[in-house]
Amino acid sequence: MPAVVKIPTPLRGFSGGRAAVPLDGQTVSRLLDALLADSPGLRPHLLGEDGRLRNFVNVFVNGDDVRALEGLDTPVRDGDEVTIVPAIAGGTDLSNEEIARYSRHLIMPEVTIEGQRRLKEGSALLVGAGGLGSPAALYLAAAGVGRIGIVDFDVVDESNLQRQIVHDTSWVGKPKLESARSRLSALNPHIEIETYDAALTRDNALVIMQDYDVVVDGTDNFQTRYLTNDACFFLKKPNVYGSIFRFEGQASVFWPGKGPCYRCLYPEPPPPGLVPSCAEGGVLGILPGVIGGIQATEALKILMGIGEPLMGRLLLYDALTMSFKQLRLRRNPECPLCGESPTIHELQDYIAFCGVEDAEVLKGVEEITATELKQRLDAGDDIDMVDVREPHEWAICRIDGARSVPLTDLDERLHEFDSSRTYVMQCKVGVRSAMAIGQLRQAGFRRLLNLRGGLTAWAREVDPSMPTY
Amino acid sequence: MRVRVRLFASLREAVGRSELELDLPSGASAEDAWRALARSHPPLAARRPSLAASVNRRYAPFDTRLDDGDEVVFIPPVSGG
Repeated sequence: MPAVVKIPTPLRGFSGGRAAVPLDGQTVSRLLDALLADSPGLRPHLLGEDGRLRNFVNVFVNGDDVRALEGLDTPVRDGDEVTIVPAIAGGTDLSNEEIARYSRHLIMPEVTIEGQRRLKEGSALLVGAGGLGSPAALYLAAAGVGRIGIVDFDVVDESNLQRQIVHDTSWVGKPKLESARSRLSALNPHIEIETYDAALTRDNALVIMQDYDVVVDGTDNFQTRYLTNDACFFLKKPNVYGSIFRFEGQASVFWPGKGPCYRCLYPEPPPPGLVPSCAEGGVLGILPGVIGGIQATEALKILMGIGEPLMGRLLLYDALTMSFKQLRLRRNPECPLCGESPTIHELQDYIAFCGVEDAEVLKGVEEITATELKQRLDAGDDIDMVDVREPHEWAICRIDGARSVPLTDLDERLHEFDSSRTYVMQCKVGVRSAMAIGQLRQAGFRRLLNLRGGLTAWAREVDPSMPTY
Repeated sequence: MRVRVRLFASLREAVGRSELELDLPSGASAEDAWRALARSHPPLAARRPSLAASVNRRYAPFDTRLDDGDEVVFIPPVSGG
């Protein structure tokens, strides 16, 4: 007859609804291992990242606190009753330090100590520690959200620092997760920070998200946006959406069962290559500060249960005209996910759904590497180089001997090309030049090479003195 | 009838303006407004499946019928973060 582990009500969602789990184990520690093997979702609620029992979790053997016995080494016999009591189950109290820290919240009748307790008991998952994730993480941490999770796999790049304010110069080249953890725990030592060093995928999304009350979508690609939306739908978690482009941003709250979802708004992703990323299109540094701040605001309201969430509304922000517009959204009865006859019943293959930009655009395009190009130029080969970047990029750097024909003007300047000559097309990273090759081919040109990796590769392989941007 | 069209993000860049007016036959839909726009800017055509539209600040299916003076907004998805 094994021992029985009693699960408190707030944690039964992670034990398959069971109030008691019979398990074998000679000590409390072994029993907990067996419990977590049986119900892995309990892990973050019981153990810290160091694998030790969290401070606010108490364990009793037959009614005695194990701290008064032999701690986790307390022996367990068949038929013993082991009870887990998280302090959280009885309501969270704020320490005097926390009361001082959050005083400007506590004195507002909309928040009070009750709202602040909800924040402390609450949890938010940030998908991405980039432009949007940075300000959102800082404000959620400062506000006292008890547990903040961050999913990211990237390292801090110098070009991130213009907007990704959770990171600073000393972290360039190091993981964003470590940088964010360091900054957030310095900002607020009263909160827990969980990090997930991974890209969000169909295999890990549900497992990671299930432990959080609200999800903040600060990702930078369409695959992850559809994945985040679908996973939130299946888990019934509110999804605080934000996205940015140059000077414009969008925000909304997609709350399964209550309002429309991302797929109601955008049933299909755009064709690969048509919508530039921040790296290709640029972004005003403070734009994600505004949109990420709106996302953090919505997450806090949801956790406290106050105000009107940005649900059923799409907020459009334009920094250049400094204007906000709101569009009323509604659930699409034909939505394949949340509509009346849904066709999506599980997570999908999002890469196939969204297409892979480079593979798609570069298909069938003949390439030349920067090193090969340099050799052919040095050998005096008769090659024309055409740079399809915009004039303001051309002004930053260019390869000697290239001429500028911005992609946007290409259609009107086809007459400048000669079908008997060979052209090496180039841009920043090689995607727009591949699109230019597509246009030139349609116009009947055949002798076309794409500079693989663009000027970025040229700067790396051939001319390190060239600035990269 | 005349309707006012507003464009956002990459659509605005593709067309080169954020706002324009279209002359449409009466009874035209948001889809017709889009087709009229795409006729004058052919590269836009490929974007249609991923777009959202709104009429008078309400998200609207493309078959929504327009009235004189309506404001139609075409919104492309944006992925940056």
